Amino acid sequence: MTITEHEEIARATFRMVLKGQIATEVREPGQFVHIQVSEKFYLRRPVSIAEVKEDTVTLLYKVMGDGTEALTKKHVGDQVDVLGPAGNGFPLDVREGAHALLVGGGIGVPPLYQLAKQLRRQGVRVTAVLGFQSGAEAFFTKEFTELGDVRVATNDGTLGHQGLVTDVLDGEFDTYFACGPTGMLRAVSEKMEGVPGYLSMEERMGCGIGACLACVVPSNDEKGYRRICCDGPVFNAKEVVLS
Amino acid sequence: MRLPGLDLKNPIMPASGCFGFGREFAPFYDLSELGAVIMKAATGEQRYGNGTTRVAEAASGMLNAIGLQNPGVDAIIENEVPFLRKYDVPVLANVAGSTVEEYVEVADKISRHVDALELNISCPNVKEGGVQFGTDPELAAHVTRDVVRVSAVPVYVKLSPNVTDIVELAKAVEAAGASGLSMINTLTGMRIDPKTRRPIIANKVGGLSGAAIKPVAIRMIYQVYEAVEIPIIGMGGIETADDVIEFLLAGASAVAIGSANFKNPLICKELIDGLDAALERYGFESIEEVIGGAHHEKTAAGVLRP
Repeated sequence: MTITEHEEIARATFRMVLKGQIATEVREPGQFVHIQVSEKFYLRRPVSIAEVKEDTVTLLYKVMGDGTEALTKKHVGDQVDVLGPAGNGFPLDVREGAHALLVGGGIGVPPLYQLAKQLRRQGVRVTAVLGFQSGAEAFFTKEFTELGDVRVATNDGTLGHQGLVTDVLDGEFDTYFACGPTGMLRAVSEKMEGVPGYLSMEERMGCGIGACLACVVPSNDEKGYRRICCDGPVFNAKEVVLS
Repeated sequence: MRLPGLDLKNPIMPASGCFGFGREFAPFYDLSELGAVIMKAATGEQRYGNGTTRVAEAASGMLNAIGLQNPGVDAIIENEVPFLRKYDVPVLANVAGSTVEEYVEVADKISRHVDALELNISCPNVKEGGVQFGTDPELAAHVTRDVVRVSAVPVYVKLSPNVTDIVELAKAVEAAGASGLSMINTLTGMRIDPKTRRPIIANKVGGLSGAAIKPVAIRMIYQVYEAVEIPIIGMGGIETADDVIEFLLAGASAVAIGSANFKNPLICKELIDGLDAALERYGFESIEEVIGGAHHEKTAAGVLRP
């Protein structure tokens, strides 16, 4: 795919727009693409899709190490080797007029943006709870405000509530969707027990197509596991066991 | 070309553990184009494997510690082998276990459904069994002998590079009745995250694969080729058709492609398609002519093995 936009939108957080055929094959919010940064980096990097337009996908990624650091050096016009769209996203069978809670932690926020847009289009009321380490790392708070109620929590209190996303989940919701670190997903699913919910998980991946079994999560059935890259990354909260 | 139990259209096959049971790669190309398929390891019972994180990147390679996750030999025979049997491609079953009895049980069962076995005495990522059988020549010979006795098909023994003298292991399993060798498995390694001050991989130690280990594989195949008479399936960091030629020159009769399948799901097909051009580039008229070509053997018999 070809890079058409690339900018830093918050501390160590970059927005990259890629143009190409793959964008037309995205089925649902919550899917991801698997990017080869360069020949130097042996493993691809999975990045969730934040927004889809005709033939572009918008990705947000955070610099976590050498690979994502190298990705920041790419320029508009550069070609990127991308596999995808991969995985299964959020189910969209939410009835009109229902109230959906979206909970995102850090770089788990991006896939919820496309989800919020589609839910709104279906007449679903959206409340978004967004958690960041600090105000400097926050992004998309304004974009979500255009789609529904927004509550922000930061670890250091530099923006919104000081504390965790789970401090500000009060309310009546028909369903919830969460994406973020596993600890946050577990806390959210415990707090929202009884409400149907879906969790999008992240893990270091090998192949990204389900063959290598690097990114597994224990499941509540005889099979015993799910592959995050291809059975997920979105799971029914009752399907998986979060450690 | 023919190897014990295997009628190969070409010398290229995906390596065990890097191709699942083939399903995930079937959408990318016709699996019948492969020389053969080596399935993910089978154990007696279902295994969940290790905790996550299970992979970490390294320079020109990666570490993995999956921990032989698999649905168990019975489920593999019932659900996975029939899928691969729809394709016109020889199938090798990778057999693993914690005890000699488990190896024998798995081999006995699954050998009725495949063309050859790859005896995995070299997995570095499980606490019991695996590599302990692959680092002691007597134990390696013992498990090989017992598995060969019950197997309905030829047995290739997959050797561990984590030994002082791989030739000794190769000779021991050859004497115990192995029909072929498969080498090399991963080299044990570790990475530590400076931020957490802990090993990145949950199992702490993982197996290093990828281009980083190719020279080790070439050296070991070269040494073993001179010491045994049985054919070698070579593996360890193959990414290009030139790499394939290099493995064949060292003494491999066929090659397996491992973690390169993760970077590029089409790699096996691309290597198959590019092999003829590579042969021509270096002045070879056939695959057989390349095998062992680095050894300057004077008799055709050695070069043409098997």
